[in-house]
Amino acid sequence: MAATALKEQLNGLVNSMFAEGLLDEQFQQLQMLQDGSNPGFVAEVVTLFCEDSERILADLTKLMDQAVVDYSKVDAYVHQLKGSSSSVGTQNVKLACIQFRQFCEENNQEGCMRALNVVKHEYYHLRSKFETMLQLENRIQAYETKQQN
Amino acid sequence: MAVATETQFHVLAVDDSLLDRMLIERLLKTSSYQVTTVDSGSKALQILGLQDDQTNSPFVSSDQHDVEVNLIITDYCMPEMTGYDLLKKIKESSSLKDIPVVIMSSENVPSRINRCLEEGAEEFFLKPVQLSDMNRLKPHILKGKYKEQHQQQVLQDDSITSSNKNSNKRKAMDDEISPEMTRPRLTSSLTVL
Repeated sequence: MAATALKEQLNGLVNSMFAEGLLDEQFQQLQMLQDGSNPGFVAEVVTLFCEDSERILADLTKLMDQAVVDYSKVDAYVHQLKGSSSSVGTQNVKLACIQFRQFCEENNQEGCMRALNVVKHEYYHLRSKFETMLQLENRIQAYETKQQN
Repeated sequence: MAVATETQFHVLAVDDSLLDRMLIERLLKTSSYQVTTVDSGSKALQILGLQDDQTNSPFVSSDQHDVEVNLIITDYCMPEMTGYDLLKKIKESSSLKDIPVVIMSSENVPSRINRCLEEGAEEFFLKPVQLSDMNRLKPHILKGKYKEQHQQQVLQDDSITSSNKNSNKRKAMDDEISPEMTRPRLTSSLTVL
């Protein structure tokens, strides 16, 4: 019974993320790929996405800190992040990356600095929701395993 | 390591992004394909038996059994060797040119798409690739299989009609397997990246 309440909470959370524009239909595609034989697929993808993103954000911060910014390198990293956010369905992060690339093209340092901050803001906001989501999934999983034993 | 059953087709997926490799693998497996993923064009060529400019370079290990590749799906934007470069190399190879190749890209650039199609790519998928895109693969695989069988048939017919006059050709067929007759083989003991 507690598992039902948790599931409702999880559904509520994910639905609100869709409603807010944090997630788009691509995330639903991922959910469709999760089934009995791959129960941890979404969690795996989300975890990998977060690791990847934080690595890229750290690299971007370093690049933007340089006295002379190498915009082609910056763009390459943003392109990567845009790609992975698109693959996972993390809409707001993807949109922020698209904006960021515009500024890269213009070699606009101030624009890039602001854009990087927006991407970070969107990412960390998303990450805290993902953390809650994974915690709920783990608790549900624990209940269901317990039921079986 | 399971050997591919007759009805299961084998797809080689090439993408430098680990996340995208995870996704394409799941998409393909959900659609009942056997999958091998690699992270670069050069690795793909290596396991297809093409190394640099050599064709059919011999494999060292003798205890490996080979697996057929029925389709190659590759990302376009990759460092060093792009999906387009990989496509070209495959089409230039007599042993590999009949394997259907599908290109994926996150960017919708018409000139890029046309260039790939002109070079012989069967299709161009816009990323993120979806489950419904997987349904578009089978026709290309079957077309490739038909080409392979057709070539085998042609060679068999040739050998029957020319058996009396051209014993050399017959001998060549018996002694070695010509590139046109077999599908390129993957060695199954390679680790998936």
